Amino acid sequence: MSRQDYEVVIGLEVHAELSTKTKIFCSCPTKFGAAPNTQTCPICMGMPGTLPVLNEKVVEYAVKAGLATNCEISENSKNDRKNYFYPDLPKAYQISQYDKPLCEHGYIEIDTQDGNKKKIRILRIHIEEDAGKLNHDEFGGGTLVDLNRAGVPLIEIVSEPDLSSTEEVDKYLKKLKSILEYIEVSDCKMQEGSFRADVNVSVKKKTDTKLGTRTEMKNMNSFRSITRAIEYEIERQIDILEDGGKIEQESLRWDEVSGKTFSMRDKEDAQDYRYFPDPDLVAIKLSKEYIQNIKDSLPELPESRHNRYINEYKMSEKDAGIIVSSKYLSNLFEEASEICKNHKAVSNWIISDISRILNEKEMEPNEIPFTSKHLADLVTLIDKGTISSSIAKKVLTEMFENPREPEEIIKEKGWIQISDEGAIKEVVQKVLMDNPQSVADFKAGKDRALGFLVGQAMKATKGKANPQMLNKMFVEEINK
Amino acid sequence: MNITDLTVHELQEKLKNKELTVTEITNAYCDRIKEKEPEVAAFITTYLDEAKEKAKKVEEKIQKKEMTGEFAGIPIGIKDNICMKGTKTTCASKMLENFISPYDATVIENLKEKNIISLGKLNMDEFAMGGSTEYSYFKKTKNPWNLNKVPGGSSGGSAAAVASNMVPWALGTDTGGSIRQPASFCGVVGLKPTYGLVSRYGLVAFASSLDQIGPITKDVQDAAMLLNIIADHDEKDTTSEDIEKKDYTKCLKNDVKGLKIGVPKEFYAEGINKEVKDTLYKSIERYKELGAEVEEFSLDVAKYSLATYYIIACAEASSNLGRFDGIRYTYRTKEYKNLKELYKKSRSEGFGSEVKRRIILGTYVLSSGYYDAYYKKAQQVRTLVMNEFNKAFEKYDVILTPTSPTVSFDIGSKSNNPLEMYLADICTVSVNIAGLPGISIPCGVDSKGMPIGMQLIGNRFKEETILNAAYTFEQDFKFREKYQPKFIK
Repeated sequence: MSRQDYEVVIGLEVHAELSTKTKIFCSCPTKFGAAPNTQTCPICMGMPGTLPVLNEKVVEYAVKAGLATNCEISENSKNDRKNYFYPDLPKAYQISQYDKPLCEHGYIEIDTQDGNKKKIRILRIHIEEDAGKLNHDEFGGGTLVDLNRAGVPLIEIVSEPDLSSTEEVDKYLKKLKSILEYIEVSDCKMQEGSFRADVNVSVKKKTDTKLGTRTEMKNMNSFRSITRAIEYEIERQIDILEDGGKIEQESLRWDEVSGKTFSMRDKEDAQDYRYFPDPDLVAIKLSKEYIQNIKDSLPELPESRHNRYINEYKMSEKDAGIIVSSKYLSNLFEEASEICKNHKAVSNWIISDISRILNEKEMEPNEIPFTSKHLADLVTLIDKGTISSSIAKKVLTEMFENPREPEEIIKEKGWIQISDEGAIKEVVQKVLMDNPQSVADFKAGKDRALGFLVGQAMKATKGKANPQMLNKMFVEEINK
Repeated sequence: MNITDLTVHELQEKLKNKELTVTEITNAYCDRIKEKEPEVAAFITTYLDEAKEKAKKVEEKIQKKEMTGEFAGIPIGIKDNICMKGTKTTCASKMLENFISPYDATVIENLKEKNIISLGKLNMDEFAMGGSTEYSYFKKTKNPWNLNKVPGGSSGGSAAAVASNMVPWALGTDTGGSIRQPASFCGVVGLKPTYGLVSRYGLVAFASSLDQIGPITKDVQDAAMLLNIIADHDEKDTTSEDIEKKDYTKCLKNDVKGLKIGVPKEFYAEGINKEVKDTLYKSIERYKELGAEVEEFSLDVAKYSLATYYIIACAEASSNLGRFDGIRYTYRTKEYKNLKELYKKSRSEGFGSEVKRRIILGTYVLSSGYYDAYYKKAQQVRTLVMNEFNKAFEKYDVILTPTSPTVSFDIGSKSNNPLEMYLADICTVSVNIAGLPGISIPCGVDSKGMPIGMQLIGNRFKEETILNAAYTFEQDFKFREKYQPKFIK
């Protein structure tokens, strides 16, 4: 048997940190990156006698996420305690939701490779608190606990096992991430761990009706590792089954360096979390009006923008997809287009050069350092003929390095396009003199020779000559 | 005049008439503590010097007219499971022997606003689990009526300190009877407020859905005054109810004419000591003479309360006490090879046997496979108990029962028999299960001179009704004039 005989079944539990100003049960700030234990209070440190008070914003954000992913919102919900011991969990229980989550039975649509749409069902979205962080040997040996993250609000978005390939997983995650960004409930910074996934993978023979035993890989926080880990895990499971073995249901840790998964804990530690309703918190009751008000306040979602770009701007399906994949890119597109009135050029810049640089620098779109005004100005400078598009590429690179007005950059670097006829004529004549062979070729009907000559002129002017003028003048001079 | 004999409202009277000063009062209590504490052992921590300092400042401010206030300079004792900033809050456990609270409980803020002066933290059963204060890690508190007997528990230190005049009043906490039962054993007044009337913020949780802070006082008027100070909606506790603030002293009318009292026969059945029963019956007769309408009725579901209580209380405790894990502010074992061993050894060594027993019970009833049979079933019974009380309160204003099946018992006589100890809670736990207010007042003594307590139970947030009923009996019966612990003289 081979890989083709197997079907892959993947389900995801995505944890997204909500971007509320304060924590879920106290008023400590949630900002990332502060010195250890500086964003804590007796409540999030789990001091004896303290009590949680639910942050209403957390409920609002979770309901937003539920509505944006087509979930039903529960009018009656509650908080439950999940009990286990770990040094990053100061109360020895995590306040989460067990049998009455805020949102249930939703879905997200993704585009499959064959050009169809596929619904990925969402089982539930619930709210919970994040744990702290352990620092191993970071501060002079030993393990120390940082509770800044303890109590930061999370939503856990649990999908049904509807995904059947790494491509689908990738699309689902990107779609989910963009939805959360659009509705502004999470900044989804994967490298800061504010958008991370537990991945459940199983395989079964296509002829089998029953699902295979699944394994779970916890806390994955990059698209690349998720893809690699799933691929590895599929191979591993198929190999085991092909050898007549059995898959153990277990939690695995993905090791980025070795590219392998490892078992996380021994089986005798099978956890019983002893969930029960948190007696410190009253039940969550939401009115129909409350839910409707949130529904009415939802911003335009990526799906709708995508359709609009295709219809209004005649963008290709693919280009529209790239732009709406990030709210930041999409806003950049809309704002810059509005300023420079050249949406075609703006979308081209975003799809090609900006995306390429983001990729090279491994940056998220929201880390783009320049403003939409800067991008619009860049487009206008080309449109006005002040700079050539090859110079513009250099300006863009500079805008990433040291963001400022493009005009300021070209002045400072002396990159203004030469459009002075006299100056260009001088260069053209010099190039023609130096390259008699090319002139002869052109006269003999080899059009390519013109490109070479223009290139020589560009080189001589360090790319600053106006290319249209060069073209025109070469033809005129040769034909004289 | 012996200052420490006085109730708080009597002290207020003397302060107002300038017969006494704040420092005189504080000094008298400090002297009393120095004299009697070695025998009674009611305190875990005292801060007498600080208290005297504070009293001096309060007095100066009063003289300079920078401070008024009816409670300024009145001393108090606090059960040691209520957090006070900068001081030890041990819960009478080795686990928290060195824990210094970084914040004030809301009730402590309430007291500080009134410039009430805390003299110290009072002994209790470890984490409020017990009915005799024998499960304290630190010491065994004695009953001032007979030093060989227990003061009751878990607020035994609070009740004994009030009964022995070491504090004029105290705060206790009540999860299944821990204010009312020691009040009954020590011949003082103990009020457990309606669940949600007093903020739990800063009370180290035993069973979150049952715990309430309440007053232990010399008489009913003091209980009403202390309730005035601590009963308030608190945004830090979402289970605290946002109800209108009341003056509970206004309801003390000394009149029970037409008051409908229900006497549930299940609370006078087998297992209730005969002398206790007889004394209660006498009190019931007295209520009738005072004009109340008394009727016997059946509160059938009450018999399930005890089992329900121990399931819910232990389940919540098993989770609440998880944070005492040896990692941060708690006791930590000396040697350990890994994290698991650190947890195991710290918790095995840091908790006493009764606490461990309840954590194990609670862990069991929440475990998968047992949850439905125990915890879920207990919650269902809890609803039944509430319903049955609701039905009773359609007919009656007050339900009258003994506070405890017996009077105080000898130190050491029950501490090795947990089941017998649990059974002693039979009269009080259903009040917590249903979230109702209950007050215990002394209504007599047995043949050996030990006090007997009467419990008056009211409907939710009907503290006024039971306070008035208790006050009326107290004014008529005059327990404090008739009986005093020999110890006091």
